[in-house]
Amino acid sequence: MIKEMVCVVCPVSCRMKVDVNAAGDIFVSGNKCKRGVVYAEKELTNPTRNVSTTVRIEQGVHSRLPVKSDVEVPKALVLDLVKALDNVLVTAPIKMGSVVAENVLDSGINFIATRSM
Amino acid sequence: MGGILQQCIHSGFGVEMFKEDLTGPEYAERYIEKMQLAGLEFRTNSLVTELHEDRTLVYTNPIEGYVEVQGKAVILTMGCFERTPGQINLYGDRPAGIMTAGTAQSFLNKDGFLVGKRVFILGSGDIGLIMARRMTLEGAEVLGVAELNPYSSGLARNIVQCLDDFDIPLYLSHTVIQVIGSSRLESIIIAEVDEQKQPIPGTEKTFEVDTLLLSVGLIPDRHLTAQAGIKLHPRTGGPIVNNRYETNVPGIFAAGNGLHVHDLVDWVSLEGERAGESAARYVQGELTDAELISTEPGNGIIYVVPHYVLKQVDEDVRFYFRVDNVYKNVKVNIYKDDELLKSLKKNVMVPAEMEMIKVANQDILDASRVRIEVEVL
Ligand SMILES: Cc1cc2nc3c(=O)[nH]c(=O)nc-3n(C[C@H](O)[C@H](O)[C@H](O)COP(=O)(O)OP(=O)(O)OC[C@H]3O[C@@H](n4cnc5c(N)ncnc54)[C@H](O)[C@@H]3O)c2cc1C
Ligand code: SF4
Repeated sequence: MIKEMVCVVCPVSCRMKVDVNAAGDIFVSGNKCKRGVVYAEKELTNPTRNVSTTVRIEQGVHSRLPVKSDVEVPKALVLDLVKALDNVLVTAPIKMGSVVAENVLDSGINFIATRSM
Repeated sequence: MGGILQQCIHSGFGVEMFKEDLTGPEYAERYIEKMQLAGLEFRTNSLVTELHEDRTLVYTNPIEGYVEVQGKAVILTMGCFERTPGQINLYGDRPAGIMTAGTAQSFLNKDGFLVGKRVFILGSGDIGLIMARRMTLEGAEVLGVAELNPYSSGLARNIVQCLDDFDIPLYLSHTVIQVIGSSRLESIIIAEVDEQKQPIPGTEKTFEVDTLLLSVGLIPDRHLTAQAGIKLHPRTGGPIVNNRYETNVPGIFAAGNGLHVHDLVDWVSLEGERAGESAARYVQGELTDAELISTEPGNGIIYVVPHYVLKQVDEDVRFYFRVDNVYKNVKVNIYKDDELLKSLKKNVMVPAEMEMIKVANQDILDASRVRIEVEVL
């Protein structure tokens, strides 16, 4: 069965053809780099996404600090994780890359600051 | 510092420049650090209000007031602005709750204000798609996105991860025909359009929403160009430049979204580097004049940047261009005068995705025109 798929890993947005044979082997074409293959395999088994959102910050130039998950998040967990961050409040100064929320919802996923503020 | 990047908190930046998938603020911070290391002087909270042909400019800020500067060279990188509700003739009432997607993005990602609970989006530009996901994540309900064209104007990856992931419908060949509300937006009516982009009677659908976001196009910021006598291109909306990114006014250069609207920040940076390098050479008196080779959009191409190439030995030229429609299974041909120079096969080309082709400088030096064309196979 050949499935058409858009790789979302980077903005190049490769349009890929993904073929799975009877033995479950996955063949990918149309991808410009190897990450497209990994994406296609995951999309068929356990789709994951990068999650970026914001948390509240005090004494910063803005009132929200942008953050992202340190690893890709299973699709089904995305909304719950973002909701859980509603309770996080940090205080400036914060350095880009520092962890602002650890092991959120016991998922093992941390959220890190994506800018210094 | 960082411009629009600071509110684009999603990832997808830097794949080409850093071989990493960064968020907008992370990408900006890498350059801000470089700038600080180099000890460059900068001003924030400062608005340039005047620019003249002799490269003098005026800026104002709350600390220094009104300041006049004589530039040896000037690089314009003012970015672009979003088409506003006023620019698209929305029929109906004028309630609160109608704004551009970028305004909503700034409110949400910098200030923490969610501008509505039940949202509809007009236009499938990237900012609109990104905001469909952002507002959903923050608890709003996004009822749909309507796009006038039969194809999306945003990147394919954003259709997948911002709409499909959350089951948000995309209504292609649809537009908003009426907005209704006394003080706050209460509902909107959308309809399908025919090939002439006219609403088809009987296809109306009503959505009860409190917010309508617009993502209906970006226009290079050109508030400063007229005064300085800088010529603009009718299709890009930005200045006309040569392969050094110099405008028709000597010593004034342009790059980024203020030159033509980009989808990838990496290409903005590449252009910026080239413009910066040229400006430095200009200041040192190294830029010499030469005859011009014009670059022309042929069949299927809306525009090509740079608009001219100087007939002199220089770095290879990167031609940036967009196609005027969705094409499948085509070739992109580059002609020097009428001779085919280069040909590339493409499976899919869409107007939403800017294309780039690099051509060796010495290959075109004897030409008077370079034409880029789409050939349907
Ligand atoms: C929602 C959205 C999503 C995007 N997603 C991606 C993505 O996933 N991947 C990717 O690679 N790219 C993406 N891009 C594209 C990329 O971010 C932009 O093309 C790029 O950042 C533009 O940079 P710029 O410097 O040309 O313009 P801008 O970032 O707009 O910077 C222009 C700056 O000039 C300042 N300015 C303007 N006029 C004046 C004046 N008169 N005086 C003083 N200052 C002035 C402005 O305040 C601003 O700070 C996205 C863009 C948007 C809007
Ligand atoms: S296959 Fe590679 S280049 Fe293509 S979209 Fe995916 S990550 Fe980007």
